[in-house]
Amino acid sequence: MKKLRQTLSETVSGFLNDWSLPRQMAGLDPLSKAAESMTSRTLRPRLEQADTVGTSICPFCAVGCGQLVYAKNGRPIHIEGDPRSPVNQGTLCPKGASTLGVLLSPQRINTVLYRAPHASDWEEKPLDWAMERIAHLTKQVRDDSFVETLPDGRVVNHTIGMGSLGGATLDNEENYLIKKLFGGGLGMVNIENQARI
Amino acid sequence: MALWDLENADCIVVMGSNMAENHPVGFRFVVEAQRRGATVIHVDPRFTRTSALANIHAPIRSGTDIAFLGGIIHHILENDLWFRDFVLAYTNIANIIENGYQDPEETGGVFSGFNADTGSYKQDTWQYKGKIVPSSISEHRVPTRDKAKGGDFEAMTEGPPPTDPTLQNPNCVYQIMRRHYARYTPEMVERVTGCSRDTFLAVANALTRNAGRERTGAFCYAVGWTHHTVGVQIIRAAAIIQGLLGNIGRPGGGILALRGHASIQGSTDIPTLYNMLPTYLPQPNVFNEHGTLQSYLDSETPTTGWWANMPKYVVSLLKAWYGESARRDNEWGYQFIPKLTGDASQLPMTLSMLDGVMKGQFILGQNPVVGAVNSDLVERGMAKLDWLVVRDFAMTETANFWQKGRLVQRGELRPDDIGTEVFFLPSSLAGEKEGTVTNTSRLVQWHDAVLEPPGDSRSDLWFIYHLGKRLKQLYADSSEPRDAGIQALTWTYPERGKRAEPDAEAVLREINGYTVADRKQIPSYLQLKDDGSTACGGWMYCGVYPADGRNLARSRIPDATGGPGSHAGWAFSWPSNRRTLYNRASADLDGKPWSERKKMVWWDEAAGSWTGNDVPDFVASKRPDYRPDWPTHPHGMDALGGDDPFIMEADGKCQLFVPSGLKDGPLPTHYEPVESPVRNAMYDQQFNPAAKLWTRPGNELHAPEDPRFPYVFTTYRLTELHCGGVISRVTPHTAELQPEAFVEISPELARELGIRHLGWTVLSTLRGDIEARAMVTERMRPFRIGDRTVHQVGMPWVFGWEGYTSGDIANVLLAITGDANTSIHSTKAVTCALRPGRLAGPGGATHAA
Repeated sequence: MKKLRQTLSETVSGFLNDWSLPRQMAGLDPLSKAAESMTSRTLRPRLEQADTVGTSICPFCAVGCGQLVYAKNGRPIHIEGDPRSPVNQGTLCPKGASTLGVLLSPQRINTVLYRAPHASDWEEKPLDWAMERIAHLTKQVRDDSFVETLPDGRVVNHTIGMGSLGGATLDNEENYLIKKLFGGGLGMVNIENQARI
Repeated sequence: MALWDLENADCIVVMGSNMAENHPVGFRFVVEAQRRGATVIHVDPRFTRTSALANIHAPIRSGTDIAFLGGIIHHILENDLWFRDFVLAYTNIANIIENGYQDPEETGGVFSGFNADTGSYKQDTWQYKGKIVPSSISEHRVPTRDKAKGGDFEAMTEGPPPTDPTLQNPNCVYQIMRRHYARYTPEMVERVTGCSRDTFLAVANALTRNAGRERTGAFCYAVGWTHHTVGVQIIRAAAIIQGLLGNIGRPGGGILALRGHASIQGSTDIPTLYNMLPTYLPQPNVFNEHGTLQSYLDSETPTTGWWANMPKYVVSLLKAWYGESARRDNEWGYQFIPKLTGDASQLPMTLSMLDGVMKGQFILGQNPVVGAVNSDLVERGMAKLDWLVVRDFAMTETANFWQKGRLVQRGELRPDDIGTEVFFLPSSLAGEKEGTVTNTSRLVQWHDAVLEPPGDSRSDLWFIYHLGKRLKQLYADSSEPRDAGIQALTWTYPERGKRAEPDAEAVLREINGYTVADRKQIPSYLQLKDDGSTACGGWMYCGVYPADGRNLARSRIPDATGGPGSHAGWAFSWPSNRRTLYNRASADLDGKPWSERKKMVWWDEAAGSWTGNDVPDFVASKRPDYRPDWPTHPHGMDALGGDDPFIMEADGKCQLFVPSGLKDGPLPTHYEPVESPVRNAMYDQQFNPAAKLWTRPGNELHAPEDPRFPYVFTTYRLTELHCGGVISRVTPHTAELQPEAFVEISPELARELGIRHLGWTVLSTLRGDIEARAMVTERMRPFRIGDRTVHQVGMPWVFGWEGYTSGDIANVLLAITGDANTSIHSTKAVTCALRPGRLAGPGGATHAA
């Protein structure tokens, strides 16, 4: 912990120690250590604390910059550009450089929120409850709206009573299962994402 | 083309994109090319940081891109600046088109085959003489008259399409193009676009100077090209230029789409899109010949070219989805696949909600209240839903429209009027989940799960997998035939950890494909079969996981300095780890590189195969001098010669003129945007006659030259705020850098209207009104169009009421209209009114003061 109160002599000696000129004069090489203050001498790299590092891809645009994600106890402590990547060679743009801030945003929501019909506010709900309710609502709309044939007898086997929007921010595996379940399993045709817009 | 291949370009045109600000790290390859001597050009209405770094900035009025690009085509053709050896061999410039073809030149602005009642084209007069050419684009194929297997496409196997190598035949593509582009003179370009003749010619000269055997050029574009009713045709115009200059399939040549989301390319390939099944197979449509699997395959499979393999890919997909329930005697489960009855894209989906047809909606990482056009109409639609599930990591305007939306703020609706049941499910972010994303150069890159997702946050893989498990349980006991699909669906993925997270690698292995009998990974799509012995979730991705334990998306071996530069060991790019598509075109007819400086792949006579710095995009052992044996009616790749590089096309040629597949004409033609302050100076036809329009209350359009809406309005993003915006508006670092919405106005217009810098303004259209502070800047310049001045204003569309930085939603102003081919909305060129001041009345501002 950094001491908050300092005596006058500590302040003066600290100043003399930190002032670069006396240190340069006193040192072996007048050009070395010029910028090193007491504070920077005691600083340790944040990455020393990391217990895990893994590769990631920047979550913003489609350039696909490589990132390195450093974590301690499962929490992120640092994210930087992957220097090995031929796409970005360690660089990131202002958005990519904010990725740690995204993960740690104070406005992030970690609980399920539910708004009952006509209600004026959200309420928190258990995840399992929400999943069960969504599954039932999905089945209900599908069963009410499923069309096997057009009036002329041609087979369509689809529902246009439900839609799904999104996918461009998700992984390929997620998109694959969305199309597989909603399209191939439930017969939804209204499956769309940002690629259309 | 690969992003890093931009370094090899001698000329780069950035158009329809503000690359330096919106794809900053990609732009470093443009800067590197420039450092090596390339000319960089920015064609854009605004002066941006991209313009500041370019050698030439050519300002054009929004929505006049085809006039500008058509002018370049005119310049190339009339001055004989095309790469003759490349073009005569590799494009369809010499092909003869049907006698019935009529050009807009002859008809006042439409092509032959137009039906004014339906607003659509028949394509039979656009065909190669005596042939019906299958299109390579799913959902865009021409219906054949002959319903037998192969139908009219069989004509493609009977002999090569007729050509006139002397280019004298008046109906050959060269002569048609010369007539079509005759009026796209530098003077006409200036009159329509507002870009001076001299600046236009500087661009045309830079491009043509950097073409041929020794030099190449590239185009980079983003949604500044796609967000128009003629979006596909703008890109086509660039494709014609690149075809004529020999800039396709070669180092530093190509057209690079700069896409906007981490896996927007992946979600197009493995589509959460209505009209395709994974990797560009057409979604069946009840109004096509798609009643049975056989009729679907017969009518959709081209007879010649690579797409003749389509049945293998379709059957393998059905095996991946329906497993043991996919049998020969039930058409491999084909009837489980839902059939389309029309356009089910996002824009009509909004109307479907409004009409009460759509009752439930999943929103997975998207924010349509901010990102979709006609935001008020989107809110009205969602207010009619029974239920809405939103998955995101922070509150979005879409999730809480019922509480804080514009309709509620303005008092039009109260929350208790809105019966929509809304779920907000917190989602994991990259870093907290693993899987692959595909970048704008088709590079499939794996990312690791390093972190614990907080609280109830879950990946979308978890959500969709567990929702599927519950639904399969709910339907387990059904004996209804309609429920057989969900019962048959293969849904067994290993679960991991206390959250029962499904294994993303297992899903990737299924996308890659495996043999059904012994469940071995398949290394290449060449091994896929149509007999049910292989399963593959996305044939173009086959090879990404070629063997147990070999996840090539996770490969991280870049080339060393001085290496080939294709970085083949860094992740995996589909198909077959190729970095440059159609790279056979980088070699001449005999298989030799066009030049040492621009070599990429070549024919190795001793080895009897193609080789080079990239994976050859060709049949590896096909000799350059191979010619189809026409008397035997060759099919598939046997019908393409050893000098036909464009293997996805039915004739292996670059299509300067497109006989099939486009819904609005075989050649790009300048039409004004649907909303424009001026008349079309080139044709009687004002706007794209095949544009998709949905005129209805709440979605009214401005007539051309409507004096109430005299200004051109365009929208764009900001470096610091991403798309729908929430991700960067709730992040303190980025929010602080862009604290408030603004509208950019030229000093001339500001003076005319009495608007001062940072003063309030009101923007209005028939769809809605918003307010924003004025950014009076010379980045915006008035355009001289004919004998009048046209002002343009622009606004970032990334703001909303959530997050640390807020502002009115620009998309309130825009109408629902669609590109003829893609149904993509128009955001880049509409018209608006503008005045100084603020919105009157309480709740005028939709965000807190």
